Amino acid sequence: MEPVVVRVENVSKRYRIGALHPAYLTFREAVFDAVAARLKRLGRGGAGEDGSTLWALDGVSLEVRRGEILGIVGRNGAGKSTLLKILSRITRPSRGSVEIYGRVGSLLEVGTGFHPDLTGRENIFLNGAVLGMRKAEIKEKFDEIVAFSELERFVETPVKFYSSGMYVRLAFSVAAHLEPEILIMDEVLAVGDMAFQQKCLDKMNEVRQQGRTIFFVSHNLPAITRLCRRAVLLDGGRLVAEGSPQEVVNRYLSGSWKAGAERVWEGDDAPGNAVVRLRAARVLDERGEPAAAVDVRRPFSVEVTYDVLEDGHALTPALEFLNDEGTRVFTTHDAGEAWRRRPRPAGRYASAVRVPGNLLAEGTLIAHVSIMSHFPSTILHARAKNAVAFQVLDEPGGVSARGDYVGPMPGVVRPLLQWDTRADAL
Amino acid sequence: MSSKTSETTEGGLAATQATHAPAAAAEDERARASLAGLPHAFISAEGAGVPLNLGDLWGYRELLYFLTWRDIKVRYKQTLMGVAWVVVQPLLLMLVFTLVFNRFVRSGEGAIPYPLFAYSGLLLWTFFSVSVSSGMNSLIGNTSLVTKVYFPRVFIPAAAVGAGLVDLSVGAVLLVPLAAYYGVGVTPKLLLVPAFVGLAALLALSAGMVTSALTVRYRDLRHALPFLLQLWMFASPVIYPVGVVPPSWRWALAANPMTGVLEGFRASLTGTAFDWGLVAVPLVAAPVLVAVAFYVFRSLEDTFADII
Repeated sequence: MEPVVVRVENVSKRYRIGALHPAYLTFREAVFDAVAARLKRLGRGGAGEDGSTLWALDGVSLEVRRGEILGIVGRNGAGKSTLLKILSRITRPSRGSVEIYGRVGSLLEVGTGFHPDLTGRENIFLNGAVLGMRKAEIKEKFDEIVAFSELERFVETPVKFYSSGMYVRLAFSVAAHLEPEILIMDEVLAVGDMAFQQKCLDKMNEVRQQGRTIFFVSHNLPAITRLCRRAVLLDGGRLVAEGSPQEVVNRYLSGSWKAGAERVWEGDDAPGNAVVRLRAARVLDERGEPAAAVDVRRPFSVEVTYDVLEDGHALTPALEFLNDEGTRVFTTHDAGEAWRRRPRPAGRYASAVRVPGNLLAEGTLIAHVSIMSHFPSTILHARAKNAVAFQVLDEPGGVSARGDYVGPMPGVVRPLLQWDTRADAL
Repeated sequence: MSSKTSETTEGGLAATQATHAPAAAAEDERARASLAGLPHAFISAEGAGVPLNLGDLWGYRELLYFLTWRDIKVRYKQTLMGVAWVVVQPLLLMLVFTLVFNRFVRSGEGAIPYPLFAYSGLLLWTFFSVSVSSGMNSLIGNTSLVTKVYFPRVFIPAAAVGAGLVDLSVGAVLLVPLAAYYGVGVTPKLLLVPAFVGLAALLALSAGMVTSALTVRYRDLRHALPFLLQLWMFASPVIYPVGVVPPSWRWALAANPMTGVLEGFRASLTGTAFDWGLVAVPLVAAPVLVAVAFYVFRSLEDTFADII
């Protein structure tokens, strides 16, 4: 087993609320505040902390072994960035300690230390040094960095004349050639054009194979599940889940969307009316097992279980699928002949819809569940918004809409379509 | 890994537990041994004292060079005259002061000719005051460095002094024709010039460290410092010799460490006699001030990223 290279022990970080909004203090204000605080404390009998402090991290413990890629997920303000800042030694914990073996490289921002008036060449050296590279190392890799950025022609141009895309590309190229034992990355892949992002992800994969340890914070959940072997979930400064990326991502989704791959309703709180009550909704893979993540190429199904409490209603279950940007990807109603316009006896029903492989694009998907009657008139009996959430993962290889292409494939859906090419003699 | 697995499958539960512990311990030992030679950092909580992290100063030394290099490069980008400004400023000041003061300041026997006196004083003082004021603004001018990456932050104000030193070297070139014109010869004392420049640099660094660290929290200093530096200049023998100050007030002048630095700098340049009483003050004060300022800086450094 690889040795532990980062040990976070019971780390907490407290911020004064005032310090979070750095209104520039002046001496006068400081003196005034100090006196006011003292008076206030006297008035309350010397009570310690008041409501003006915020625990950005609260008793986080964590061990990471060499060569691990740890994904860190959580909502904004959950403490992800604070944790990375403490690991990067940018700020000190209020309590607890951190022990680190190895050279640490932090990428909390793209192009830290870039100066607009300096040329591309000059900024490569400056940024490289800021990120912890030695001068000799930068010299050695200089040509490689420039080639990676594809900015050979502009290397003697001040970066203030660069487009924002060029700027990011240059900055990334330096960062991609950083070779610390421990790499700390905060959402830096969120910028830059898609093709270049992919190039960087590939570079990261390469870095992973060299046995480096990586801390990776991202809102790009598929990237977390794809790159990491282990993930943690932070919520309100606490570490609330730890485990395989899929489990943790699922837990995160169930927290933020209040939905996971499986949802069960019990008792009278279940959505519904006197006719129908929803009992469960599940995302199932091909084998019928509940799945928090499904392969983009493989079919899966969503099963809705519900109780029909009153005889004689013709019911239509329906599902709406949304992606994490809130775009409705598609809606599907049960239009099959088996139960269409057919009054049902009371009882428990389970309706499953099979979604074919090679239909959805990779990403997070959320489904709303409804049970309706259309006959004689439309009635919505039961509806659960954000009932289930799951990931569609883009695994390489196999038959998919990608073919041999490895770059990004934007789009809400990714159907595998039939192409025909006719060849005519010239 | 394989040895541990085989042990656990062969033995019973009790045996497994018995053999597991030493095997795991041995493995941990091996794993830990493989970490030998790697940089090791221990990050303690805020309450646990102020580690000086002197080792980091050495480890990151190349960055001091790069930051200084950047400060110099950036300062003269998109200027027509470039580095010539370094000479122009003290030169013009010297001309003005020569016109105004030459008649009032009696140059006695063996005294340094006033233009040379003023230029050398202004050159060193400009270095000092520019280093301090750009040092003060250095941290808040590099917010992204402070909040996004770790390195000893003291390099930021130090780079301001470093850039000032380069300017000073360029400006010093004009001393050669001036000295030649006034017939000042080359003496072994010239070798001491760097020592006094070094003392001025240490004093500027001390002031830069403290003011930059305080400015992170209190922006008042940005308004106060230019004024204070101006006052300080008139309280130092930059454009007037120590001789014009009444003897009963000499102690006040001597208490200012820049007095000794300026006097020593000029004496080394022109080969005149040292006033050891004055020179001793910065010799003692500069190292002490640097140590104190560094401690102050370090104890505030850990909060920079949180409040800048």
